[in-house]
Amino acid sequence: MSILVDASTKVMVQGITGQAGAFHTQQMLEYGTRIVGGVTPGKGGARVEGVAVFNTVAETVQATGANASIIYVPASHGLAAITEALDAGVPLIVVITEGIPTIDMMRVRQRLAQGHTRLIGPNCPGIITPEACKLGIMPGYIHRRGSVAVVSRSGTLTYDAVWQLTQAGLGQSTCIGIGGDPILGTGFVDALGLLEDDAETEAVVLIGEIGGTEEETAAAFIRSAVHKPVFAFIAGRNAPPDKRMGHAGAIIAGGLGTAAAKIAALKAAGVTIIDSPAAIGSTVASRLGKKAKTIQTT
Amino acid sequence: MKLHEYQAKQLFAACGLPIPRGIPATSPEEAGYAFEQLHVAIANVKAQLHAGGRGKAGGILVAHSAAEAARLAGQLLGQRLVTHQTGPAGLPVTAVLIEQRVEIARELYFAITVDRSAAQPVILASASGGMEIEELAATRPETMLREPVDLEAGPRPAQIERLVRQLQIPQPLEAAAAQLFTNAYQFWRTQDAVLVEINPLIMTPDQQLLVLDAKVVVDDNALFRHPALARLRDPAQEHPLELKAAQVGIAYVGLEGNIGCLVNGAGLAMATNDIITLHGGHPANFLDVGGGATVEQVRRAFQIILEDTRVTAILVNIFGGIMKCDVIAQGLLDATRGMRLTMPLVVRLEGTNVEQGRALLAKTELPLTAAADLDDAARRVVELAKR
Repeated sequence: MSILVDASTKVMVQGITGQAGAFHTQQMLEYGTRIVGGVTPGKGGARVEGVAVFNTVAETVQATGANASIIYVPASHGLAAITEALDAGVPLIVVITEGIPTIDMMRVRQRLAQGHTRLIGPNCPGIITPEACKLGIMPGYIHRRGSVAVVSRSGTLTYDAVWQLTQAGLGQSTCIGIGGDPILGTGFVDALGLLEDDAETEAVVLIGEIGGTEEETAAAFIRSAVHKPVFAFIAGRNAPPDKRMGHAGAIIAGGLGTAAAKIAALKAAGVTIIDSPAAIGSTVASRLGKKAKTIQTT
Repeated sequence: MKLHEYQAKQLFAACGLPIPRGIPATSPEEAGYAFEQLHVAIANVKAQLHAGGRGKAGGILVAHSAAEAARLAGQLLGQRLVTHQTGPAGLPVTAVLIEQRVEIARELYFAITVDRSAAQPVILASASGGMEIEELAATRPETMLREPVDLEAGPRPAQIERLVRQLQIPQPLEAAAAQLFTNAYQFWRTQDAVLVEINPLIMTPDQQLLVLDAKVVVDDNALFRHPALARLRDPAQEHPLELKAAQVGIAYVGLEGNIGCLVNGAGLAMATNDIITLHGGHPANFLDVGGGATVEQVRRAFQIILEDTRVTAILVNIFGGIMKCDVIAQGLLDATRGMRLTMPLVVRLEGTNVEQGRALLAKTELPLTAAADLDDAARRVVELAKR
């Protein structure tokens, strides 16, 4: 088991003919992801990396049976691309696109509340179930299949954490980058709920950062509904207040969202706080001992 | 992107929000002329900069004549004003707003911002305006009203009624207040604002409602559909190195320390600053070259760090994902060659082809230390920066 994606996931790529779309299509194929089609309006009939390109999401779903979409379109087309995928009833949408306006994401969240689609992102590295399905831009080789889940607001910091886990002999069940924007399709709470119910996941590493209240909300949820061990690192402890640190979400506003507040809330919920970003792998390994190890898949 | 008070007020006026009469000026002559145009006996000369706390910092002066308005404008324009929100370097005054003085009977607080977790707009309001919102929210949270707003419908009549009642707006001003709240929301929605803050919103003794000060932040990500708003950007309000970095796609924030940091990815960059601090060091900056670190970005980032004269040592922390470590290592060597780098440089590379990357770095004559891991890198750079 794993969550949201596995070897049977049939993926379409929206924006497949763009530079990022084409490059990551090749990378995902190389990892073994089942990419069944691509979408670029007006480029129907073309092929990218051997993948058939269609004009619309609806056509792609009909022709290929795709049940997940990954979006690489420019930010100004983000809302339209997501809306098209929602209209076609795609059950899982991963939005890599960075810079989608906040109001556009509010409209997306209204749509999500009315249906059953799971959306991850935007402005995120995506989701991976190691050795089964990579739906994102993360480097595949750093992952090993196992039982530790990683859920994070960051990109390269997540890769670093995953790499540390792999080096420590701990494989991963599913790793999700929820994204760094103020408004997200899937928050920590949604992800934690899915991981709590996943039989393969034995422990969760949560990587948060300053800004917003995503971690505080997660802490309340962990206290009431998560029984698996949770480890957390919060980036930005030493960031000066009211400074934007690259992610739109990483702004401290009105005393809410400081690293200290997040750490206190998570600690109170029984989460193991990891103080150094270099100690993520070793801390999880020493706590879990030999319980969780890399699972060999064939 | 922040707007100046005078820019926000001009846009507000176009949306039907009541503002005091005022004219912006960028020279003493313009300020004097503006005073004459207002036909008033007394006017405020308000420094325009992207920070609050101007009054206490001497940024709001009073003029009784055109000549005095010109003289006071001359004092303020071009100066750097330090307020409790600017940091010790202050921000330059790029314009002044010559505005009629109005008498204040009551001060209210009204704002519209984004409730991130609910993914919808929220109105914040308080009957006690004028004070810093953080202070008020912290000390008397019960006085802060919150009304979640439906994105498309805007504030509903029942919500507006509730605001009017709880803000104790007198009956003759009820209709004007309701109109103001509705118009402010229309502005927020149509201009892709992420913050509209009216503090204070005042009532005058002669029963007028006026926007006395305004803070507006618009969504940078939405500027592509608001070209007129994009033109209101005031680069003088931005840190020169931050601005230069932003122009080449690098996120840079100047800090107070002496260790220059070059990292790929915002989260990893924050974590790098954290681990330096854990080891007793002080980062000179936060710098994110972007998750996908290219050689060209690394070269540009080096140039930005080297412009900061406080830097005594540099830490490069790159997690080579898709981009391979040997390529990054070669890029680092190319970037630093010819720069006559005299200060110590610690490099931590991790990811694909890391062994080849480290081997390349080991051969250089530069004052470069290849670190074993992140912890080792932080410890070494903190040590080297002390020398």
